[in-house]
Amino acid sequence: MDLVLQLLFTGLGIGAIYALVALGFVLIFRATNVVNFAQGEFSMVAAYLMVVFAVDLGWPYWLSFLLAIGGMALLGAIFNLGVYYPLRNRTFLPVIISTIGASIFLANTVLALYGPQPQVLPGWFDTPGVQFGPVYLDSQYLLIIAVTIALVAFQYWFFEHTLLGKKLQATSQDKEMAALLGIPVARMIMITFVYSAVLGGIAGILVAPILFVSIQMGSTIALKAFAATIIGGFGDVAGAIIGGLALGVIETFGAAYISVPYKDAFAFLVLILFLAFRPRGLFGERVAEKA
Amino acid sequence: MSAARAAARAASGLFGSVVGHGLYAILAITAVGCAATVKTDGYFANILMQAATYAIAVFGLSVVLGLCGQINLAQAAFFALGAYAVGLGTADYHIPFWICLAAGMAIAFASGGLLGLSTLRLGGHYLAMVTISFQQILTVVLLNAVWLTHGPDGVSSIKRPDLFAQGQAYLALAVAVLAITGYVVWRLANTRLGRAMRAVRDNEIAASAAGIDVYRTKVAAFAICAALGGLGGGLFAGGFAYVSPDQFAFSDSIVFLTMALLGGVASPVGSVIGTGLLILIPEWLRFLKSVPGLYLAIYGLAVIFIVVFMSDGIWGFIAGMFRRPATAPARPARSLVLKPADSGAPIALEVRRLAKYFGGLKAVDGVDLTVRRGGVHALIGPNGSGKTTMLNVVSGLYRPTAGRILVDGVDATALSAHRRTIAGLGRTFQNIRLFRSMTALENVVIGAERDGNTQVEDGHAATVERARAALEFVGLGDRYGDLVTSFSYGHQRLIEIARALAGNPTVLLLDEPAAGLNSSEKKFLHDLLDKIAAQGLTILIIDHDMTLVAGVARHLTVLNFGRRIADGDTVDVLRQPDVVAAYLGAQ
Repeated sequence: MDLVLQLLFTGLGIGAIYALVALGFVLIFRATNVVNFAQGEFSMVAAYLMVVFAVDLGWPYWLSFLLAIGGMALLGAIFNLGVYYPLRNRTFLPVIISTIGASIFLANTVLALYGPQPQVLPGWFDTPGVQFGPVYLDSQYLLIIAVTIALVAFQYWFFEHTLLGKKLQATSQDKEMAALLGIPVARMIMITFVYSAVLGGIAGILVAPILFVSIQMGSTIALKAFAATIIGGFGDVAGAIIGGLALGVIETFGAAYISVPYKDAFAFLVLILFLAFRPRGLFGERVAEKA
Repeated sequence: MSAARAAARAASGLFGSVVGHGLYAILAITAVGCAATVKTDGYFANILMQAATYAIAVFGLSVVLGLCGQINLAQAAFFALGAYAVGLGTADYHIPFWICLAAGMAIAFASGGLLGLSTLRLGGHYLAMVTISFQQILTVVLLNAVWLTHGPDGVSSIKRPDLFAQGQAYLALAVAVLAITGYVVWRLANTRLGRAMRAVRDNEIAASAAGIDVYRTKVAAFAICAALGGLGGGLFAGGFAYVSPDQFAFSDSIVFLTMALLGGVASPVGSVIGTGLLILIPEWLRFLKSVPGLYLAIYGLAVIFIVVFMSDGIWGFIAGMFRRPATAPARPARSLVLKPADSGAPIALEVRRLAKYFGGLKAVDGVDLTVRRGGVHALIGPNGSGKTTMLNVVSGLYRPTAGRILVDGVDATALSAHRRTIAGLGRTFQNIRLFRSMTALENVVIGAERDGNTQVEDGHAATVERARAALEFVGLGDRYGDLVTSFSYGHQRLIEIARALAGNPTVLLLDEPAAGLNSSEKKFLHDLLDKIAAQGLTILIIDHDMTLVAGVARHLTVLNFGRRIADGDTVDVLRQPDVVAAYLGAQ
């Protein structure tokens, strides 16, 4: 029982990371109707930025964090202008291919600059964690869960209770109508990309002390996050969060009770099962294309 | 129809123009001859071997991506399946090379098919992510299932067939296989299956309305792509006698994709150009490989640049400059034969208590509709009365909430859209849905190829003949070779009608055909509908233009708020007070 609780805690922590990245997927998907296959790379780049600022240069953790987040905002903007915007009027296929190109480019540019050795990023807190009854609560996992809750709450408030949030929602639901109502659609999409890059960046910085900081971390996280969005129902915000958490838990239990080397295969298995039996996910419902 | 006949129909079109084939044969024989005789050093021979085997896999991508518009980010995994089948089969289990090669192709074909079956009902994003997953899982398995795959050590001392044991002979074999697969892929575009793939790529809804099984077509494209990957991989394993997991990573799938995109996915020529360039260029830029990552970073950037600035690839760009103008028809088209009014039971289409709810909205709420054979039946009603929803339910795009639909007396309620087309429904769309990359004739040929079209059972020539007749019938016979995008809006509507007519439907469903037409185009449409009706074909038409409706329709059904408020002879119905009220408002 103790082990189960411990695994549940760890699983929720990892799942929160998937949920954050999945949220980035969903936001961009809703704004542009394309999946950004470089979403995981945002996490990877942010983690490397943290390594540069906090480890290599030895700057304070909070300052490094702010700089890394600023860097991600910039990357999100450049990404929008270079990868999405020129293709905005084409079908989704060229955009997918373009974001995959961007993903390869980002991962390998970091590889060229930083070499293949995985890096270590220390956690935010000096205290490793606290014992809470039978469960050991690792401080970094606690932080991840807390930040995820805070970000989800912020996002809810932002989209439901601010004018900018409403405009973003309008853009994601009907770009043409939004434009006719005077909403600057291009700027809204820009904001979405910047916000998604920041979201992915925060996830990367939070998870980096748990995993090694490596070139592969982006694609691994992205794959899991995408599986999470399918489990939750594609394009659904609550679904992405619950799907992420569920996947983290499934994977942690799978690794503990079934097999460690094939840990990464569980996400794929769950993905296939959902695609085969419940392709709309737990919450999603897509409307048929209008003929 | 027998399977052999179906296969013959699917393959008809493989043999087209004589000049093109002659050129291709000469080129292919020269290439194989050179590969077999010209002495090269080992380094260059290796590059050629790699290029030839890779290009076969890239042909696969030109099928799935170029013809069918679906993405595959796991071609290196399918390549690996072929390579490991030949590697493990010949080295560990001493099975003859040819059997291993065939088995590798079969395994790749089956995995591609299964992957497609699980995903292709959904959008392209799912396919992209699932193929990435498959690629990564396969790499994990190749590395960890050491008992089978030797893990990271890879498989060595892979055998070749005895006849081709010598390096030069084997290279000639690879080039010959390349030439043959290239030929098949080249001609595939103009077969029935190839046209179906292109139709799916251009417009899935229109493809299913033309009687194409969209899902099966996509799965077929995907499985063919995977099988070509397996074939290339098997030849690769024999060529290099050694394979290891790191040769077939995700990055290699991206390399395959880049090769296809750079050359141009529309043609196997593009595949060869792209593959050749992307194997030669890195050899010239070997120094880049000294910095890990730099080389792939440039690949990634190249992908973005190609997609943004050169979406058709190198060959697409070159071929675009030499697009041949259509030649005038040598002989006039025959006249179009449609289903006469006495071709069956008196009721052609029957709808009973049909309902379609969207959540709480009752778009269609228990409507009965009986369309008599040989007449023009109009379905009218104010905006939002449920007309188009009704048509979409009848043609199978929406599932009904309740009710039954009988086409020609046969219950079609459970059939998918393309099966209803096969059962005898033909339709057009309110917002025109043509296959936009194709010519007018190709669009109409796809309509004529409907399974169950009794008018075209004598093979491809008869199909083309019927398509030309249908275009002639709508007055566009002399422009058959033009791309549909070069036609005016009104003419595009006519092509859509011709596409539906070519399939020889039992009932023709027209969804607001007059919408957006000017007065002379409307006049032409009116005359065309009279001409169709004169042959006795049953028509169910939706339109707002009362002059048109009152002029062509004998029978009228009026909907309002999803319910039938009137039904009967046109003249009588138009006099009913509630119909007048629904249209003009109560007095």
